[in-house]
Amino acid sequence: MAPDIGYFSLFLASILTSNILLANFLGMCSFISISKDINSSNGLGMAVTLVLTITAGVNWAILQLLQSLGIVYLRFIVFIIVIAAVVQMLEMIIDRISPRLYMSLGIFLPLITVNCAILGVSLFMEIRNYSFLQSIVYGFGSGLGWWLAIMALAAIRKKTEKAPIPAGLQGAGITMITIGFMAMAFIGFSGMLQVQ
Amino acid sequence: MSNAAAPARPGAILKSNLWTSNPIFMQVLGICSALAVTNLLVNTFIMAVGVVFTTAMSNLTVSLLKKMIPRKVRMIVQTLVIAFYVIIVDIVLRAYLPDVSRALGPYVGLIITNCIIMGRAEAFAQSNPPIISFWDGMTSGAGYMGVLMVIAFFRELFGFGTLFGFRVMPGWFPDWTIMVMPPSAFFFLGLIIWIGKNIMNREAA
Repeated sequence: MAPDIGYFSLFLASILTSNILLANFLGMCSFISISKDINSSNGLGMAVTLVLTITAGVNWAILQLLQSLGIVYLRFIVFIIVIAAVVQMLEMIIDRISPRLYMSLGIFLPLITVNCAILGVSLFMEIRNYSFLQSIVYGFGSGLGWWLAIMALAAIRKKTEKAPIPAGLQGAGITMITIGFMAMAFIGFSGMLQVQ
Repeated sequence: MSNAAAPARPGAILKSNLWTSNPIFMQVLGICSALAVTNLLVNTFIMAVGVVFTTAMSNLTVSLLKKMIPRKVRMIVQTLVIAFYVIIVDIVLRAYLPDVSRALGPYVGLIITNCIIMGRAEAFAQSNPPIISFWDGMTSGAGYMGVLMVIAFFRELFGFGTLFGFRVMPGWFPDWTIMVMPPSAFFFLGLIIWIGKNIMNREAA
């Protein structure tokens, strides 16, 4: 049974209160390493949004197939292969259509295969029994949420570049604490919107 | 990073993986799942055992197969090996610990994309013999487990007033709800990184 939630509230909730990064901790590795630079953050955010939307839809269809064959336990392997294949295909298509877009977005695509956010959205979609449209809306919203979060963090890190931070806290330490404050701000509205 | 040129001794590997290049607080790898499950000690422990098992076994397998895998496709082969062991962990959890399996939700599957496992397979198992790779995988997993258990200890203690589900805080202690919510995980990891680096800087000085 698909859960009873409107598309619009699902969309908003996946961007803000159930942000895939700040509430579910997915996609942290590249989030921390890439957010040093605003332009790369923008490119990666765009690529994540695109791949999340497509893989959520494709994996939904694949999941129905696995369920009808009774081999759902194979889903981890199948999801990963689907994600790798979609990423590879996108890379080739973008390279063919627009070399300029490829320069700004294509170089981030290989990184995405191992981004936990992508696999995470597919697994959440399975656990929460989303319908096809709900999966796509959730995938798109989560991608936008990830994009928003990485841009915000990149901007904050740029501002605090010259700040006098204690030696042991520099780098990863202060970044984690910054993310903690961002998480508090995003999750603060969870009373108004919830996604389950 | 353990560097490939140095002779791989079990003791040195243990120290490097548990402390000097601890996957979480020195390399900041694999924290996606590290943060999500750390609000209860029991869940954390089981999750970490799953990671230790997967890292050790996939390191062993990758090391055994390294001669047979063409270099070009090694990434996808490593991913499939890891996914294979994660499926085993998932099925075992579903069968014997259904409650924990439900609580961990998607995070069991997400062990696949845990950068620690892939990192060890690529950086160590690819160029070392099987037994020592197994040991390297186990100690890396243990380094991950150690940090997770410390975070979970404080989060459960302050958030629920319990440890492993038993109430230890006195009755007047108000539970800090923020401790079981996502932001506290970030704060704690930040603090742990800070403390760890400070001790290390002092050792170096």
